Amino acid sequence: MAQSFNPSVPIYLQLCERIKNKIIRGEIGMGERLPSVRDMAIDSSVNPNTVQRTYRELEDSGIVAKKRGQGTFVTEDPRILEKMREELKISHIRLFVSEMREMGYSSTEMLAGLKDYLDTKEEDQ
Amino acid sequence: MIQLEGVTKRYLTKKALDGISLQIEPGHIVGLIGSNGSGKSTTLKLIAGLLRPTRGTVLVDGEIANRRICRKVAYLSELDTYYSFFTVKQTVDLYEQTFIDFNRKKAEEMLDFMKLDRSQKVKHLSKGNRGRLKIVVTLAREVPFILMDEPLSGLDPMVRSSIIKGLISFIDLEKQTVILTTHELQEIEPLLDTVILIKNGVILERESVEDIRCNENLSLVDWMVEKYEQ
Repeated sequence: MAQSFNPSVPIYLQLCERIKNKIIRGEIGMGERLPSVRDMAIDSSVNPNTVQRTYRELEDSGIVAKKRGQGTFVTEDPRILEKMREELKISHIRLFVSEMREMGYSSTEMLAGLKDYLDTKEEDQ
Repeated sequence: MIQLEGVTKRYLTKKALDGISLQIEPGHIVGLIGSNGSGKSTTLKLIAGLLRPTRGTVLVDGEIANRRICRKVAYLSELDTYYSFFTVKQTVDLYEQTFIDFNRKKAEEMLDFMKLDRSQKVKHLSKGNRGRLKIVVTLAREVPFILMDEPLSGLDPMVRSSIIKGLISFIDLEKQTVILTTHELQEIEPLLDTVILIKNGVILERESVEDIRCNENLSLVDWMVEKYEQ
């Protein structure tokens, strides 16, 4: 089912993020074929031109590669996927830290809080 | 390509369009948006050759848009324009006989996609299914330009969603261009390449939808309200 889009971010970038997240979660495996532009467009109710732009963007960053007449495939290069995973981690940390700073928490408080949280969480499991 | 040059359209004393110039490149889905009475439908009818401009020229692929331009343009009216005593199948038959570019196979696929019962009479169809049938007979034509006047208006969310999905599935943007008018901006936004904003018969803005999000951080609805109030 089509998810809704954040109104202030270009749709092609939001589609990029969704595909990257799927790859990181392993829902789309390495070397696996992405849906065709049309299927992806129908599935998410967006303009096929937008999906094309998304695929081009992913291609430019090496995450997918187009094979002539066969479709678009996720890379099998583990370094690119590792890099993508790393970037995603950093971007989430950046968001977390900037929001915590805005509320006035110090680095020590953040680290201690994070450690406490993870410790109790792990005890729970 | 569609070209309007200095087009004015007057209905008796009322000016519906006031000297607009416009170019629409092929391969896009274009939304014509604006308040009621702003001139959206008039613009579509001029391109479809159903109206003549009071002044200026309307060209479709270099040809003057008159009644014969329907060879290149499929036009979906906001009104119900078929015979209510026909069945769904007879309606499709009629379109097939009327237009040589009508692709019967595509129409049949779309009837299945839209889950329309071929033996039902048009007058017994729900408003939603009449909306779906209109889409089927319009999109089954293999013409370079498809014009749709309010394809979503007054329909429930399920019908709107099936029409949007039908549009994406059955339009070939490598060969076709779509121009539609709508007030359902939120739903149609992900589908559009470009929007053209009309107010009081004048074009206020023309912008790529992704650019509006990217440069102005606005959804289409907010953008339209902002431009209208300026």
